[in-house]
Amino acid sequence: MNKVKNHEPLVHISKRDSLPMYKSWAIRGMAIIAALIVAGIITMLLTGENPLSVYLTMIKGAFGTSRRIWSLLQGLAMLLCVSLAVTPAFKMRFWNIGAEGQVLIGGLATAACMITLGNKIPNALLIIIMIAASIVSAAIWALIPAFFKAKFNTNETLFTLMMNYVAIQLVSYFEILWENPKGSSNIGIINQATHAGWLPTIGNFEYLLNVLVVLALTVFMYIYLKYSKHGYELTVVGESENTARYIGINVKKVIMRTMILSGAICGIAGLLLVGGTNHTITTTTAGGRGFTAIMVSWLAKFNPIYMILTAFLISFMQAGAGEISTVFGLNESFSDIITGIILFFIIGCEFFINYKMHFRFSQKEVR
Amino acid sequence: MAEALALELKGITKTFGGVVANKDVDLKVYKGEILSILGENGSGKTTLMNMVSGIYYPDSGEILVDGKSAVISSPKDAFAYKIGMIHQHFKLVDVFTATQNIVLGIKDGKFNIKAVEKKVQDITDKYGFNIDLNKKIYEMSVSEKQTVEIIKVLYRGADILILDEPTAVLTPQETRKLFDILRKMKKDGKSIIIITHKLHEVLEISDRVTILRKGEYVDTVDTKDATEQSLTEMMMGEKVDLNITREEPKNLVERLVVDNLTVIKHDGTVALDSIEFNAYGGEILGVAGISGCGQKELLESIAGLQTTTKKSSILYKPDDLGPQQLVGKTPKEIRKLGVALSFVPEDRLGMGLVGNMDIIDNMMLRSYKSGKGSFLNRKQPKSLANRIIKNLEVVTPSASTPVRQLSGGNVQKVLVGREISSEPKVLMVAYPVRGLDINSSYTIYNLLSEQKKKGTAIIFVGEDLDVLIELCDRIMVINSGKITGIVDGKTATKEEIGLLMTKSVERDDNNE
Amino acid sequence: MIATIIQRAIVQGIPLLFGSTGEIMTEKSGNLNLGIPGIMYVGGISGVIGAFLYENSLAAPEDANGFLAILIPLLCSILGSLIMGLIYCFLTVTLRANQNVTGLAMTTFGVGFGNFFGGSLIKLVDSDVPSITLTTTSNFFRATLPFAETTGWFGKIFLSYGFLAYAAIIIALGCSFFLNRTRGGLHLRAVGENPATADAAGISVVKTKYLATCIGSVIAGFGGLYYVMDYANGVWSNDGFGDRGWLAIALVIFAIWKPKTSIFGSILFGGLYIIYLFIPGLALRTQELFKALPYVVTIIVLIIVSIRSKKENQGPQSLGLSYFREER
Repeated sequence: MNKVKNHEPLVHISKRDSLPMYKSWAIRGMAIIAALIVAGIITMLLTGENPLSVYLTMIKGAFGTSRRIWSLLQGLAMLLCVSLAVTPAFKMRFWNIGAEGQVLIGGLATAACMITLGNKIPNALLIIIMIAASIVSAAIWALIPAFFKAKFNTNETLFTLMMNYVAIQLVSYFEILWENPKGSSNIGIINQATHAGWLPTIGNFEYLLNVLVVLALTVFMYIYLKYSKHGYELTVVGESENTARYIGINVKKVIMRTMILSGAICGIAGLLLVGGTNHTITTTTAGGRGFTAIMVSWLAKFNPIYMILTAFLISFMQAGAGEISTVFGLNESFSDIITGIILFFIIGCEFFINYKMHFRFSQKEVR
Repeated sequence: MAEALALELKGITKTFGGVVANKDVDLKVYKGEILSILGENGSGKTTLMNMVSGIYYPDSGEILVDGKSAVISSPKDAFAYKIGMIHQHFKLVDVFTATQNIVLGIKDGKFNIKAVEKKVQDITDKYGFNIDLNKKIYEMSVSEKQTVEIIKVLYRGADILILDEPTAVLTPQETRKLFDILRKMKKDGKSIIIITHKLHEVLEISDRVTILRKGEYVDTVDTKDATEQSLTEMMMGEKVDLNITREEPKNLVERLVVDNLTVIKHDGTVALDSIEFNAYGGEILGVAGISGCGQKELLESIAGLQTTTKKSSILYKPDDLGPQQLVGKTPKEIRKLGVALSFVPEDRLGMGLVGNMDIIDNMMLRSYKSGKGSFLNRKQPKSLANRIIKNLEVVTPSASTPVRQLSGGNVQKVLVGREISSEPKVLMVAYPVRGLDINSSYTIYNLLSEQKKKGTAIIFVGEDLDVLIELCDRIMVINSGKITGIVDGKTATKEEIGLLMTKSVERDDNNE
Repeated sequence: MIATIIQRAIVQGIPLLFGSTGEIMTEKSGNLNLGIPGIMYVGGISGVIGAFLYENSLAAPEDANGFLAILIPLLCSILGSLIMGLIYCFLTVTLRANQNVTGLAMTTFGVGFGNFFGGSLIKLVDSDVPSITLTTTSNFFRATLPFAETTGWFGKIFLSYGFLAYAAIIIALGCSFFLNRTRGGLHLRAVGENPATADAAGISVVKTKYLATCIGSVIAGFGGLYYVMDYANGVWSNDGFGDRGWLAIALVIFAIWKPKTSIFGSILFGGLYIIYLFIPGLALRTQELFKALPYVVTIIVLIIVSIRSKKENQGPQSLGLSYFREER
């Protein structure tokens, strides 16, 4: 231990003040390209195909037909929706990893309305009740951890995480309760004959409604965060709770209010997924979006407009990798591996945006 | 005095981003001497010593220990050279005991707490420390924590000790005890470097003084040839009148009547005990006390940020309304009545300002609620921001620069400027010059004096007794949550206040 | 009956114990690794790949050498988890990335990795069922202590497990001893509590975090290995491991960061996980609600700990934060 080092450190790291916008995006762009190269190489090793055809397959998988484009848009919209939901909470430094559960609860409430009220009341009324039920139930689900965070500073990361699994088991329960046909442990398509409670489609475009709703939400969230008093308050709370308290912001109220909003948007995601797209609910309805959304939101630096880009990137990767696995006969989990690799690169590249490295070999040796 | 060199720095330069913290600094420390490094806040003293202790790595320059070139790229390297630093913000693990903190990081021999305790005991006996080794850090007073830090460094066998502002948090009595210990160490042949900006301490304890100014080396002088005046000149670079203009208070109006104010903390300890005083418009009331004595709670109680006991009463007497009871009102209501708190906490950006927001958005912190609707209006905050930048000479690229990127003095100007802009009837400021250079400090003092002339009641919590005595009309001394005296600023002496800060109420919770 | 419940609870609890011990080691160094579920998948599948290759290299299952049959999957599992730990450390410690985001990405990756190779192996053997069976290897992993059969309830509760189960408890006890009684443990905890202090005391924060996290990952990876080789009798099926990884993270809180408490906690969680099987007359759907019990219990513990807010019972102070020495 007492050996004295006699060489200077090779690399010295220091924090950057700030980097011009274009430079930081260039770094991110390079990270994505590097990730694509690595992903291409891995695919090549596994399939023996040349990388170019791998990338072409990915693009074809994402944009090949108009059906695929729509399906990409739908995936993008739903992912973006959940990402928008978690964003205000994150900006407040409230780590809501419970979006998965909140979406499920919203979906469950939607399904409950469709099953219990379907064909019994006018369809328009049913849909209004569905909207209200999904938003309120998911908001309450999100409020529970927020309440304890506000009141006792209970760790929200782990609380919301646990709530996911409670929600999943709750859905399992109802899946069996409402199973159709009997013994399948599956709800099946709800109101298949009557379409009661199915959200309307616009024209012939099955997913257009979802896309438009999410687009509206994006604009709403951008304005909410940047120009509203609520947005200002939650930013202050996120930056410094002490400051917030000192200027008379009711921190507890802001935490709970923001999580209600976060949950409500998750509820909308659940509504769109169950009422608009799947017309059924399973424990995997949220499909891991609650977790992916965290990365989408974080990569976009909590800016709703950038989030369109990051959500697109991830949706594209998943669609593309999905296509690779079908075409080259790989397992469908391949897309998770590729997504993981891309995420590693993007997460890692933030370092080069925030820090500077100085290499020392150029300096003269001091004796 | 021994003439052997213990440590030598040659041409040390260090920059952070675009800011030069140290430029071409030379320094010599001999064995068995106490060297003071004197400089204003922001003159690069701490940065320089952080490079000796391995926290930072210099951009260029050379460090020699015992005459040999040394590469210190981590605190571990520093220990290997027998250099130990006691940081201003203690580097201790709260949930560990004193002993656990002392042995932290040592890797030789068997892990044997008993043997460690024996060795620590030897050290405490030798230098006369007084400490319970099994106490956890979070239960300790500031002075105890400092003691642990010093023992920690000695335990590692350090021959060169660096102390960063060691007396900042101590009472005059505790300071004297610390100085006795330092003298014993010096006799023992150790080299001691003290970073400070308190002139009288420099003169009292050190053999030589090295002066830094704006990151650059100015000179090194023998203490016996130096006077406060000569040192100040070197520190400032120009002759500065140490006097703060204090005008006689005029047209005093009673603004605050505090009665029976008691605050009990979550853990059951009494933070404030039956506090009783009045504050008047047109005067500056100073509050003195060692850190943790309850000043913070006092200000927060008035601002509505603390829960007080039922009998507490804080009456506020505005011109236009009858007396208002502040106890039970929300911070927002209290602000509306014209009672402003400008609190500069230790981390400066922790309260009152948001580092990642720009100056405009920080201006809004107070006012964003005003105006109808749920959207923000950034027009007025923007013009206010520009006004403050202009009037207080805030150095910033623009009003939309994040506050985090400003230097300490400018941050404080923004904060105090905003508080004053709301033209409060009662203005409470805590540590408004903490971390500021002398010129910035004076800007702030003048701002306060001006407010006083306008008839504002000012409550000023400061650390520097010299400033308190020169600036304030009356000084209230708090000790362990009780007022131990209110003295006249014109006649009070430091010794008198220092005694009041520590006297009598030797807290007995520890014995319970 | 009670002996059966306890025995089943222990078997269920062992993967959780591995996972939580690993996570405790990691979190004590200040790294909140939400990638543990992924790492446990990787630990499991890497062992499966090793065992698969070894079994296929044999002419006949009888030729299997017990030592190699255990060593190869074990080493593969260690290697797999270790690489995962290294990726996590490189991103969060060296590159100082956000720990939550990195952890979640690790889980996406790890679960995908497990299912991908699991699925590929299943395809390779052209199995009729969507799973892959490694009975030969599993039999070695499941070898119980002698007397397990002959000593009645005692044998059932204490002796009827494969060696990895005992290893889990020994590792947990070892970690507890290490954290509380050794210099290394003191240093590790110091890094998690206050890295700046540890750094100033000459402890290498980077090295400590890397070591703790990688060792933690390997320990957690054993949980995946135990699950396939012992609990599931050498049968790998995709997503079979389920959400046990998250449960392991929950267990860390339940055990308030103490590996010893984690031993009992894991048995309790294991019991809660399967309690529905032993309550007569439960409807199928109600069973699903019972499965949420461990999570509900964790939430309750989380709330109680936060209400009491005793300093010793909180997680490490700098949990989740990356450290940069020259932070100003």
